[in-house]
Amino acid sequence: MELKLPIYLDNNATTPMDPRVLEAMLPYFTEKFGNAASRSHAFGWAAEEAVDYAREQVAKLINADPKEIIFTSGATEGDNLAIKGVFEMYASKGNHIITCVTEHKAVLDTCKHIEKQGGEVTYLPVQENGLVDLAELEKAITSKTILIAIMYGNNEVGVIQPVREISAIARKHGVLFFTDATQAVGKIPVDVLADGIDLMTFSGHKMYGPKGVGALYVRRKNPRVKVTAQMDGGGHERGMRSGTLNVPGIVGLGKACEICMNEMEEEGKRLSILRDKLQNGLMALEEAYVNGSIEHRLPHVANISFKYVEGEGLMMGFNKNIALSSGSACTSASLEPSYVLKALGLGDDLAHSSLRFGLGRFTTEEQIDYTIKAVSETVIKLREMSPLWEMFKEGIDLNAIEWAHH
Amino acid sequence: MHRIYFDNAATTALAPEVLEAMMPFLTEKFGNPSSIYSYGRESKMAIEAARKTVARILNCNPGEIFFTSGGTESSNTAINASVNDLGCKHIITSPIEHHATLHTVENLEKKGIVRLSIVKLTDKGHIDMADLESLLANSPEKTLVTLMHANNEVGNILDIQAVGELCKKYDAIFHSDTVQTVGHYPFDLKNTYVHFINGAGHKFHGPKGVGILYVNENIQIKPLINGGSQERNMRAGTENLYGIVGFAKALEMATEHYNNDSEYIRGLKSYMAEQLTHTFAGVSCNGDTNGRSLYTVLNVSFPKTDKTDMLLFNLDMAGICVSGGSACSSGASSVSHVIKALYNGKSETMVPIRFSFSKQNTKEEVDAVIEKLKDLI
Repeated sequence: MELKLPIYLDNNATTPMDPRVLEAMLPYFTEKFGNAASRSHAFGWAAEEAVDYAREQVAKLINADPKEIIFTSGATEGDNLAIKGVFEMYASKGNHIITCVTEHKAVLDTCKHIEKQGGEVTYLPVQENGLVDLAELEKAITSKTILIAIMYGNNEVGVIQPVREISAIARKHGVLFFTDATQAVGKIPVDVLADGIDLMTFSGHKMYGPKGVGALYVRRKNPRVKVTAQMDGGGHERGMRSGTLNVPGIVGLGKACEICMNEMEEEGKRLSILRDKLQNGLMALEEAYVNGSIEHRLPHVANISFKYVEGEGLMMGFNKNIALSSGSACTSASLEPSYVLKALGLGDDLAHSSLRFGLGRFTTEEQIDYTIKAVSETVIKLREMSPLWEMFKEGIDLNAIEWAHH
Repeated sequence: MHRIYFDNAATTALAPEVLEAMMPFLTEKFGNPSSIYSYGRESKMAIEAARKTVARILNCNPGEIFFTSGGTESSNTAINASVNDLGCKHIITSPIEHHATLHTVENLEKKGIVRLSIVKLTDKGHIDMADLESLLANSPEKTLVTLMHANNEVGNILDIQAVGELCKKYDAIFHSDTVQTVGHYPFDLKNTYVHFINGAGHKFHGPKGVGILYVNENIQIKPLINGGSQERNMRAGTENLYGIVGFAKALEMATEHYNNDSEYIRGLKSYMAEQLTHTFAGVSCNGDTNGRSLYTVLNVSFPKTDKTDMLLFNLDMAGICVSGGSACSSGASSVSHVIKALYNGKSETMVPIRFSFSKQNTKEEVDAVIEKLKDLI
């Protein structure tokens, strides 16, 4: 079979919808179109039933109670609701939040907002492997700390944080633990009970479900967690999130969760084999570096820097044939080096020469073979044109050179 | 059982053409609009094309249209921004607003951030313009006026131009919740003094989970939801791509067929109102049904008896889908806040039923409902 181009290897940005998900959604667009809040007729009940069923599907995937699931418009809204909602609800207890520098923008920008509201935020650094230092985390806790917000799996490098250890520390100090698990849910086993998570956000479109829908897990027992609603109105979602429910989207999210529940283990194995093949293929190049922990990493992600190669040139070399990203999709249109990679200690040069490979359910071995070849050829070609590469090959220590300032 | 759906103010069925327009974006065109490669660019282009369509129809600039998750988020954004970013310390609203407005302003009042004034209503349930002007004239603080364009329960339409002129005169910020009218009313925003309006796709045969907020270009506000730089830093979060495409397509279709559809639906509404009042003793229309009223909504009261008490339930058993009030409050068995505000003191003796229509309804359906009501009462 001929390889269809372009190859999509940016499944951390968004995923194509699984056809089974679309099939589950379709009836709720046209025939079963009721408003789930309509209590006086069958259209409303059918919609409500579908939402309830989806709530169970979602809850099951993360080992939660359906009552602990709040449907949102996506992970970003969930991040906002969790952080702002806890900040307002627990104002009498304190105003300090601990997060880390490699979080998604939705968490970081929300924390910036909290600071303007009089909150205090500690932004923990990460180690070279991308993991937070647990001792640093514990040290940062004060009597005013109400929330630790650390993501589950990083969107750029795929690093998985030590969630259980973090939650144990949080619990020990009576602090709530929120995790943005957008990249992890549906990809690796996430268990809110075993992991000790109090609040958790994720979205449909990162797990082969629809865009425009997500969920926030809010623990109801040990402890019972509450958040102040950030959108007022009809009192949907037990008062925590008003607005007519996006029924087809929610049905899609539910189905996506069910499929992940059943297939995640196999899929994770398959993808990590493909990812390793890709990584090994590319690491055969000289001066290539994997960014972030290799050990604690999502099975479908590899972030690799190719030293002495211009990042822009690298992207343009195969841009038409391979869709991937050189940073987080939300910021990849800008030419700033990724703040995540910089936080891992990478210099601008290495950060600029990095590529994020995000494999997915529909990635094939042929695509990986093609990608290894195309990326390798581009790197070699660009290096051949690079004076820096030439100097490196001649054994000149580039760091020792004093560059003339223009 | 053939069901009759007369609850189109709660939500409408997605039009097949809208689903068709959405399908590519539910399948092969799935790219994240923020990504710079082809998948991302085609998504971005689809969103910008949708924005242009919406702006053209509402007669405003594309830069004034922001996509949101729906009407509730838009109202919350507008009201909170008026207070947080535009310096409003006083809010004027009415007792018959949607809860997305009422609960938001009540919350702000409870926190002590704003002073809240409730404007008086006329006998027919319209805003008392003299009272509104006096509230504005006596407000030393910067004021937000938030009044809905068409009431979702009784259909009364606000004179948006006249309210806009008053707001202009007193330099007030004006938000109008237009969820019931976007897709059902010929807007001309360039010639309307209004700072914010909002719409929800699912009220005019578009998708759920997507809406718009119009923000007049002369004001600058901050986002309600922080995060990525989507929607020109105004609304973070990966865009609901297929929803946005569906919103624009549904609005385009609604606009294209507005003259015929509105006339047709208005015909159904008047016919039903006529049949009801002629057939049943003591039935009265709520709101300004034959005056300034949205053509999709008919709200009538049956006198409270043992039989009418069970009316909603029995209509449902007969496959007739109507509502006692808005969907959001229809779980509660008590009379809605709107009916209470309009018919204070009398509302306990009334059984209000809202019939709301769409182009998919027919005169035969109206006849069938009347026949069924004869059996039930």
